Amino acid sequence: MPNASTSFFGWVAFLLQKYGMLFLRGTGMTLLIALTGTALGFALGLLVAIIRTIALPEKKKAGSNAGVIVKRGLLRFVHMLMNVYIQVFRGTPMIVQAVVIYYGAQYAGVFMDTTFAAVFIISINTGAYMAEIIRGGIVSVDKGQFEAAHAIGMTHWQTMTTVVLPQAIRNILPSVGNELIVNIKDSSVLNVISVSELFFQAKSAAGTYYRYFEVYFIIAVIYLILTLTVSRILRAVEKKMDGPDNYVIHGSQSDSRADIKVSVENEKEAVKRWNA
Amino acid sequence: MERVIEVKGIKKAFGDHEVLKGVDFAANKGEVTCIIGSSGSGKSTLLRCINLLETPDEGQILYHGEDILSGAVNMPRYHAKVGMVFQQFNLFGNMDVLNNCVTGQMKVLHRTREESVENAMKYLKKVGMDAYINAKPRQLSGGQKQRVAIARALAMDPEVILFDEPTSALDPEMVGEVLSVMQNLAQEGLTMLVVTHEMGFARAVASEVVFMDQGVICEHGNPEEVLGAPKTERLKAFLASML
Repeated sequence: MPNASTSFFGWVAFLLQKYGMLFLRGTGMTLLIALTGTALGFALGLLVAIIRTIALPEKKKAGSNAGVIVKRGLLRFVHMLMNVYIQVFRGTPMIVQAVVIYYGAQYAGVFMDTTFAAVFIISINTGAYMAEIIRGGIVSVDKGQFEAAHAIGMTHWQTMTTVVLPQAIRNILPSVGNELIVNIKDSSVLNVISVSELFFQAKSAAGTYYRYFEVYFIIAVIYLILTLTVSRILRAVEKKMDGPDNYVIHGSQSDSRADIKVSVENEKEAVKRWNA
Repeated sequence: MERVIEVKGIKKAFGDHEVLKGVDFAANKGEVTCIIGSSGSGKSTLLRCINLLETPDEGQILYHGEDILSGAVNMPRYHAKVGMVFQQFNLFGNMDVLNNCVTGQMKVLHRTREESVENAMKYLKKVGMDAYINAKPRQLSGGQKQRVAIARALAMDPEVILFDEPTSALDPEMVGEVLSVMQNLAQEGLTMLVVTHEMGFARAVASEVVFMDQGVICEHGNPEEVLGAPKTERLKAFLASML
């Protein structure tokens, strides 16, 4: 048991020994809600962004038909709902959203599990930001890419999934990484609804011995390790997505193309057959 | 003579600016039609209307006699039959050369990967880009990109290919390689609609030359007539400016 003359490091060692498992569980919970919340938020943002980029069907100047008008109206309404969603969730603090949603649901007779509530709140909060980030990514892809895909006969959905989104997502990856890092840190506000994440565990540990500085110093280091690791991983993912900087020239145009190497087996077959 | 595409009374305005003021025009099977004219004359817009990248405000576009604006024609099918090559190439930046030529076949024509690769290789070889199948577009020169773009359009086995100033964004020394690929295609009987500033190409390859000015077709006919003996002052002035 440390006493009044125990040094800072002495306290840190003592607290780590006593609460190490608690901190570890808190870290696990923080990672769980930050990662799933960001992933679900990304999916939600993607959906919202794709719908928000569907162009309103053009009103024909002469004799618009009823179908077009109904479609236009419906799409307008959906766009408006999404705009409200984005504005509300970007425009209020997550800590307030957490309390309003968690206790508001209880008011309506729904008692959420705190972990579920945590993931739910982070997801919809992140979704609002992601929707705008992804929309920015889609808008930043050259218009010629859409035109080329349409000119080949791809539908809006095919154009998005095979041509535009892969490029948009690559471009916004740094921003998505930011969101994940923000979520790792900001999930700490969910202690207001007693989610047993890292900050919540630290709060209870600090209260026992009144060692605030030491405990929060420890979790600061843990948060930093988490975010640094995540940044590193994201950088590696970006590099992977960019692919190799060079390419293999398959034979020359004149000689026998015996050395053609194609990664997929059946491609190799097709190439061989063509050469035969 | 079989008409593949016929345009009747097409009008298109962007806001208050009327770009096409009633254009009538037809492309016959196996012919090369070159559309010439100064910037802003509406030639690119005409091409983009034919491919429905722009929706015309008025008029009809007939594909083998069927009005494609009526909604009765299957759009992906039509797009697959009418290929397009862009000034800025517009190769899919996230795919290598081979996949640029394969994706459309698989997604739109529902060919197997194997068939698509085989077909893509055939056309990549034709344009002399078969050695670069693993290169990404950003690793290629402009002329190479445009040749891949042509192979991508050909891989869909289209009936017509629309070329929207295919050499205007290229360095001068790369114009030749693209034009010679196009000339070969013309000789093989591909129906082509080419918006171009290359008068030499028009003279050598075109079956018909169309001169557009201020949103209307001003003169048209065979290359000797149109380029050799211009009738209108506007065409004379345009040709003089091209020298």
